[in-house]
Amino acid sequence: MSFGQQATRTETARESDSLVAARPNRASAPSQALRGRAHSEGTSTAASTKMRTEGLRAGFGASEILKGIDLPVEERKVTAIIGPSGCGKSTFIRCLNRMHEVTPTANCSGRVLLDEADINARDIDPVLVRRRVGMVFQKPNPFPTMSIRDNVLAGLRLNGMRITHSDEVVERRLRQVALWDEVKDNLGRSGASLSGGQQQRLCMARSLALEPEVLLMDEPCSALDPIATARVEELIHELRANYTMVIVTHNMQQAARVADYTAFFYMGTLVEFAETDVIFTRPKERRTEDYITGRFG
Amino acid sequence: MLLPSEIRMDRYRTRRLIDQVVRAACAFATVLAVIPLGLVLYYVASRGIAGLNWDFFTELPKPVGETGGGMGNAIVGSLELIGLASLFGIPPGILAGVYLAESDGKRFGSSVRFAADVMSGVPSITVGLFVYSLMVVTTRHFSATAGGAALAVIMLPTVTRTTEELLRLVPSALRESALGLGLPRWVATMRVVLRTAAPGIATGVMLAVARVAGETAPLLFTAFNNRFWSTSINEPTASLPVQIFTYAVSPYEDWHRQAWSAALVLVVMILGLNVLARVVVRNRVR
Repeated sequence: MSFGQQATRTETARESDSLVAARPNRASAPSQALRGRAHSEGTSTAASTKMRTEGLRAGFGASEILKGIDLPVEERKVTAIIGPSGCGKSTFIRCLNRMHEVTPTANCSGRVLLDEADINARDIDPVLVRRRVGMVFQKPNPFPTMSIRDNVLAGLRLNGMRITHSDEVVERRLRQVALWDEVKDNLGRSGASLSGGQQQRLCMARSLALEPEVLLMDEPCSALDPIATARVEELIHELRANYTMVIVTHNMQQAARVADYTAFFYMGTLVEFAETDVIFTRPKERRTEDYITGRFG
Repeated sequence: MLLPSEIRMDRYRTRRLIDQVVRAACAFATVLAVIPLGLVLYYVASRGIAGLNWDFFTELPKPVGETGGGMGNAIVGSLELIGLASLFGIPPGILAGVYLAESDGKRFGSSVRFAADVMSGVPSITVGLFVYSLMVVTTRHFSATAGGAALAVIMLPTVTRTTEELLRLVPSALRESALGLGLPRWVATMRVVLRTAAPGIATGVMLAVARVAGETAPLLFTAFNNRFWSTSINEPTASLPVQIFTYAVSPYEDWHRQAWSAALVLVVMILGLNVLARVVVRNRVR
């Protein structure tokens, strides 16, 4: 297959994606029956597009990693990004809160819209973007010099916000990530003293304390054992009611478990984007099917 | 037929022999390296302890020919000089280290780094001459300020490079997570990255301070010396190393005794700084 043909197929896929995106309610009707639990909350009102990329290209120096991505991120839904190593998943998610540019030689073009405003615009401060679009990283990284309590408050404090009811903030955020019962007697201990799974939930609490509108997660479970992974996934389920989330994962079962929508990336292009059930049960693209059935990647 | 296991046993014996020889050589070299330290400490202590009394710490030096008196002014002067050197040397050193570790500038950064490395090899008397022509010749008098500046110049490259190295040890994931919380870069650097590296930097700074505390050459023609209490940082100021030098080359028995005592006090001060540096680290790490 020539490259040109590939591109055309991707284009077709994109058109159908935009249909899904435009009528999410109708599209999700059958999947509710299929996925039971995931949609059982049923509280979400008519979904709208929280973030959107248009022709997003990004890379390092001369090498281009993302070759034009158009992807919507629906409000209060979980969007999973799957694909083989090196396909640009992490680069993509890092473009959503301008973390990509932190790496030397990084470059990026195209539009990334947050509530229809381009976050790559010249007069936009990346710092403010990152306050609205939080991020949880692959490796749990609580601040080692701070206690558990101070880690939760770190974002607020270091941003110079006055915290009036800090005890309440700490408890609320730690409860939100289901960590409160495990650490409530040791809030003064170093964040680094926790187990990997607890650390990752602490990092999520730290991000949530800033009340971001979107939470990006770059393989948040890849350094965790299965039990800790299950906890984090449960958490994502619970947070869905209030947050828009994008999760990069290597683990297709994880995408199937937590995501409402799934995007399949391959070699810097978006091959297919649809409702998670559609991607995993009736993918339109041959390459998607090959990947999810384990034939490559 | 020779069993493979027997072959391995054979080699194992040889390996064990070599291991023991190298081990012994390392232990011997370590002892050799520690002997001078032990001897210096022993010698300074045994010669210096005799002259230590209350007067030594509180009195001014007596005029030539009179016995007794002390080095109160030199002890205070040394502390003053160390304080001024820290004031002049530590903040710019740490900031330069932050710049080297955190900035993306390639060429300028590497030339600063090179300059710092060259500077740490410059003989301290050259630094003294430099500050002499810059601050003593222009103001026409010796001063504690000039002495502190000379010591600061000697500290600067050590503090800069230590800070840089320790900041580089902070994982970049920590920087990213701080930036990911929507912190401006300077907050992420100063309050997360620098704070994480702080215990190590504190040690490096203390060691740099301890090193300049014993410097004599750069003070000879900057802070000079003073037989009296200095009342201002614009006056010539006595210091322990210079006083030791002056007394040691004098022909008087009593001054020699006092020079040994001063050496002991200086060694204990520097040792104290080193121990403090380690205690600071131990407490911060927990």
